[in-house]
Amino acid sequence: MRPFEGVKILDFTWLGVGPLTVNYFNYYGATTIKVESALRPDPFRISTPYKEGQIGPETSYGFHHAHPTKAMCVTLNMKHPKAKEIAERLIQWADIVTDNFTPGTMEKWGLGYEDLKKIKPEIIMMRTCMHGQTGPLARQPGLGFVLTAISGLAPITGWPDRPPSGQYFAFTDFVAPLFNAVCLMAALDYRRRTGKGQCLDMAQHESVLRCVGPLLLDSVVNRREPTPKGNRFDYAAPHGIYRCKGEDRWCAIAVFSDEEWESFCRVIGNPVWTKEPKFHTLLGRKENEDELDKFVEGWTSQRSAEEVMALMQGAGVGAGLAANIKDVVENPQLKHYGCYQALEHPYMGKVPIYNPPGFNLSKAPHERASPPVLGEHNEYVYTKLIGLPDEAFVQLMGEGVFD
Amino acid sequence: MGGEENAKGMLTPYRILDLTNERGYICGQLLGDLGADVIKIEKPGGDPGRNMGPFFHDIPDPEKSLYWFAFNTNKRGITLDIETVDGQEIFKRLVRDADVVIESFDPGYMDKIGLGYPVLNQVNPRIIMTSITGFGQTGPYKDFKAPDLVVWALSGNAYMTGDPDRAPLMSSFPVPYIFAGALQGAIGTMVALHHRQRIGEGQQVDASAQLSLTWPLSSEPLAPWLEQGVIQKREGRVWFRSQIGADKKTVFVGAPNIFQCKDGDVNFTIMAGPSFGQSTGALSKWIESEGMASETLKGIDWLKFEWQTVSQEVVDEFTKDFSNFFITRTKAELFEEAQKRGIMVYPFFTPREIMELNQLKFRNYWVEVDHPELETSITYPGSFFKTSEAFAMEYRRAPLIGEHNEEVYLNELGLSKEELLTLKQAGVI
Repeated sequence: MRPFEGVKILDFTWLGVGPLTVNYFNYYGATTIKVESALRPDPFRISTPYKEGQIGPETSYGFHHAHPTKAMCVTLNMKHPKAKEIAERLIQWADIVTDNFTPGTMEKWGLGYEDLKKIKPEIIMMRTCMHGQTGPLARQPGLGFVLTAISGLAPITGWPDRPPSGQYFAFTDFVAPLFNAVCLMAALDYRRRTGKGQCLDMAQHESVLRCVGPLLLDSVVNRREPTPKGNRFDYAAPHGIYRCKGEDRWCAIAVFSDEEWESFCRVIGNPVWTKEPKFHTLLGRKENEDELDKFVEGWTSQRSAEEVMALMQGAGVGAGLAANIKDVVENPQLKHYGCYQALEHPYMGKVPIYNPPGFNLSKAPHERASPPVLGEHNEYVYTKLIGLPDEAFVQLMGEGVFD
Repeated sequence: MGGEENAKGMLTPYRILDLTNERGYICGQLLGDLGADVIKIEKPGGDPGRNMGPFFHDIPDPEKSLYWFAFNTNKRGITLDIETVDGQEIFKRLVRDADVVIESFDPGYMDKIGLGYPVLNQVNPRIIMTSITGFGQTGPYKDFKAPDLVVWALSGNAYMTGDPDRAPLMSSFPVPYIFAGALQGAIGTMVALHHRQRIGEGQQVDASAQLSLTWPLSSEPLAPWLEQGVIQKREGRVWFRSQIGADKKTVFVGAPNIFQCKDGDVNFTIMAGPSFGQSTGALSKWIESEGMASETLKGIDWLKFEWQTVSQEVVDEFTKDFSNFFITRTKAELFEEAQKRGIMVYPFFTPREIMELNQLKFRNYWVEVDHPELETSITYPGSFFKTSEAFAMEYRRAPLIGEHNEEVYLNELGLSKEELLTLKQAGVI
């Protein structure tokens, strides 16, 4: 038996955070119905990059990357007056209902938490959006890109002598779901013990700010705002990403202790400069860090990033090449953990894009799958799962209820 | 059913033994916030993580580390040297009555000292052991030194972050464990709890920060690589979307995500399509009303705009309009007006500016946590979730060194006062 076998999720979420949350249930046996609409497909389905440039809801790399788990997909046109009754039947089926629409949307459809409770008192609802269900910003549209700007990380990702570069892509989109998943799994366990459901109001901003607690406390207590330091670290040197031989090849090196410094020096052949008193102590290396970094790069630039990493790690010094996508895909450690599994899909073909959770369980394997095609399970879900007679199904389909 | 009145949270019945160092603190903390009884076990004298700054009024003291404070609220604290014979016996007694052990030592350490999973499983077959590391418990990198920068580099994220004319970059903050590895460890722990509930056995959770970080790397660089062997790299404040060509030719079209404004920087991601095009449309209208819109910009219907087919020339036209407009306004002006108009513009806020946001104040996000030992209270970020269920949530400061030794060892484990004194003096506790 699988950890979430028999757990039924009615998933109204789309784009990033929502599906990335539900994945953790799907990996481990939950039965999920993703509710979409052909009239308004999941924005991830219709965003670049596309397979061979084919614009369409089944060929988006981003969508596939965010959906590496088994789920069913139905289309339901929530704007149609007859859709609500169908939705209510689906809710009757579900244990958990998830959404990440702008607050008010589910209510508008008569599917707010109070409505759901009438159908199923023990229902668990998880609502995830940038600012939460209440407050002056609740109705504002939000995305992971912009949330990253106010996550605390954006202003401190950069070099001290120029405006910050900011985080790559929509970083917080991959952080908020982790908080959501933990909380939703806890809610499920709570209900198992007590019979009680609940409505989880997950504000992505409130979650990700927990990760930068020290910066917030520093501001409160010491009235200090953090500044970007490039790749430097307050109490380690050398600590940076150094240029290596070849086109845009780099290796991170991080030396934390006296022992590691000695090992580092030994690896690079104990050159004369390492014997200078000013580099002997941590304080000295920090004080002369510009010069130190030049010397280090003088050595690394003569070697490949792979060689730098191998020599340093071999001597017990932290080092890692700055992997580009080719390096990542070919990375032996990631391969060991089964990253980028290739799975068949009727429109995508067989692309190695499906990732596992960031953890492995010793007794419960995870399961991956390519995502469902839009509306793939309409007939099964509507006629078999919620028991619409065939004629009714065809009738409603003709009226556009399942668009 | 029922019988959990005034529960602290959803996970009230569970006890967690938290052996983590700074790489794993947040894992236990989230479970504690959800009501679990988290016992932070530190070496006698205190966890090395207590030496991490910033410090309260810059006083470097193990009871004044803001880093320690931030990630260890709602935990009880005991001291125990798990490398000693007496310490291991006590630890095993704790394991007998616990549900989860979380640790973030180097792979192999717990086995080496004789407290690996096979041993703990013997003591308590229901125990879940969650291990958080940079690269995972097994594999060719398992013995790698794994500081944050090294993990970040090997995850592929460094290469995509920063400016093209400079080195790959990490934020000036320890991201890999706190934002990825330790959080995934918490999820794994919960899955294992559900497994145990159904099947009756514990197991190991092997959380890897590197593996976790392949998620934020996203599919953006992966697609052009798979299609045509093209390697995408960091482009600073510009997002290069790939227009994968049917004729096997990939073109990249670059538009900034980050713009300079009068007094800082803002993120404005130029979204298009039926769901998010309104935001860009609203900005265009604003710019047009100020007489600063090019003909190109005026002619775009952002609900229908297609990134797959637009030319760089057109993109340069409208991004020039955006740049010229943003530079004339301050962060505050842009943010305020953006809310009125439904534009997704967000300034790069500092912690102070984040704490001034009305939204978070309205939600009662900030909590006052009492620090009697400092004779003050400090404002902390509050709960990461809100729920309709009425839990008696707590916000207790992080424990002092050995603060709950008596409570746990005398009251709960049943050691005598003499035994506690002996072990304390022998450096076991």
